[in-house]
Amino acid sequence: MARRRMKAAVTESRAVRCALILIALAWLALVILLPLLAVFSQALARGSRAFWAAIVEPDALAAIRLTLVTAIIVVPLNGVFGMCAAWAIAKHDFRGRDLLTTLIDLPFSVSPVVAGLMFVLLFGANGWFGPWLIAHGIRIMFAVPAIVIATAFVTFPYVARELIPLMSAQGKAEEEAALTLGAGFFQTFWHVTLPNIRWGLLYGILLTNARAMGEFGAVSVVSGHIRGLTDTMPLHVEVLYNEYNFVGAFAVASLLAALALVTLAAKALLEWRHRDSIAATGH
Amino acid sequence: MRRFVLAGLAVTLLAGPIALDAARAAPAPVELLNVSYDPTRELYRDINTSFAQSWKAKTGQDVTIRQSHGGSGAQARSVIEGSPADVVTLALAYDIDSIADKAKLLPANWQTRLPHGSTPYYSTIVFLVRKGNPKGIHDWGDLIRPGVQVITPNPKTSGGARWNYLAAWGYAQKTYGAAGARGYMIKLLKNVPVLDSGARGSTTTFVQRGQGDVLLAWENEAFLAVNELGKGQFDIVVPSVSIRAEPPVSLVDANVDRKGTRAVATAYLNYLYTRPAQQIIAKDYYRPVDPVVAKQYADKFPRLKLFTIQNFGGWTKAQAAHFADGGSFDQIFAAAKQ
Repeated sequence: MARRRMKAAVTESRAVRCALILIALAWLALVILLPLLAVFSQALARGSRAFWAAIVEPDALAAIRLTLVTAIIVVPLNGVFGMCAAWAIAKHDFRGRDLLTTLIDLPFSVSPVVAGLMFVLLFGANGWFGPWLIAHGIRIMFAVPAIVIATAFVTFPYVARELIPLMSAQGKAEEEAALTLGAGFFQTFWHVTLPNIRWGLLYGILLTNARAMGEFGAVSVVSGHIRGLTDTMPLHVEVLYNEYNFVGAFAVASLLAALALVTLAAKALLEWRHRDSIAATGH
Repeated sequence: MRRFVLAGLAVTLLAGPIALDAARAAPAPVELLNVSYDPTRELYRDINTSFAQSWKAKTGQDVTIRQSHGGSGAQARSVIEGSPADVVTLALAYDIDSIADKAKLLPANWQTRLPHGSTPYYSTIVFLVRKGNPKGIHDWGDLIRPGVQVITPNPKTSGGARWNYLAAWGYAQKTYGAAGARGYMIKLLKNVPVLDSGARGSTTTFVQRGQGDVLLAWENEAFLAVNELGKGQFDIVVPSVSIRAEPPVSLVDANVDRKGTRAVATAYLNYLYTRPAQQIIAKDYYRPVDPVVAKQYADKFPRLKLFTIQNFGGWTKAQAAHFADGGSFDQIFAAAKQ
């Protein structure tokens, strides 16, 4: 019965199918491929030597390093916290669960500029903690810590949002079984919960990483735009663009795009190599 | 195994540049942060190299000057919020006043501490038009003709835009009297299709995106566009009268004392007044204040009548009358939108 209905669903005429595929491809080309191509072609407009020179320029290297450092700090933190939050929400009933779910979504709904300004209000020289921090010689604003904090705020929901529906759908039965069979908490987590969610977790981490590297608005507010010190890659792209250094700007931009593409490729590769176990965990 | 290779790769990527930094700045180096406005990028890149050489020759110490650029008002804001600037080099005195005023990071009389009211260079506001001047724009009066599109940034956020606005206002007041100035400004703003947030944004809008017939620009920005960005695509039109735009500099006392950089930061600002620095200033299209260098480059800069901010009673008054909330800009902008 089901098979028959599926067959019926694709017995549209060949012309209609072709037209639909063409429309989808054309849209994809226009909205995604063409801009991407433009970035790479502008980056290579003066040849590969100019491209390379723009990448190894000290300020560009500093921006690349800062972006990677930020991602390396933020991604594991949000991976762990996101997993904790998802686990608490999906596997437990407690008072304030809905509130927690809403709070996790907050960074999605708050504009990144506002997110940045919130940290100015907290840590700026005239903010709540600013005077104390300055008196004790601790630099947060306009330095790396503020960039990390702002990035962590903006990318907080990705892992949790990815895991909550998955964990809820899987229910608590397997964990309860493990516990009744005498497994400890960590044993249960390591052998039962984690294997079930690993693909969702990986996907959440990749999204977190992509956003952490690409975040502009919130970081722009808290960075202070000091060349070679607090400019991340997206900020450095803007600096170069404003200096009419289009080759440099698009060289760094294309590197940023390439990092995102590598992330996506890594995801695709992992999914392909582990397609059987992915199908088994229903993801 | 593969995991170790990846980890090793990550470590190399991260540690490589760190090791480079350490090698580059070996003997007791010092670092300054210059928080500046938008169009001074090229200027301070050249000045910083030259100062670092001179300081090294004099003291043996390596000095690195970090730059931060952005809209002048926004940059002042970040210093107020705690950006560790050793010196500020902003587009207008009001922005440095507000650092003194709101955060008390420098004394209120900062402008008297260096020669020429702490302005080592000045500029003015001119017009940039498309090659051959197809719309026949020659003076401020032509900007309010129907069908002329004027590009200027938003005076709420851009220092350059405030100079643009006051230059236009000064011309209008002289030509139409105090009562007519407002009418002129409304017509002018009606001809402005986009207000970018900074001077660089406006230049990009005009030069790269081909918007508008005339760009109101810092003279240095106009020269840069004509000589380096789009050779042969633009002409500079010098109006009959304009404003003497004075971007001042100052030490941020609280920051240099905390960081122990007062000596080198003071030397850096004094260096701006020296012959070599004034030469660089003139080469980067700013007008030098040193009379000898000014004479040497006299041909480069068009001569025109310049009025000063004192026509408006100084920056504090000008800011309150024109750019504060509910000031003349807000009223005129609202009227122009109707």
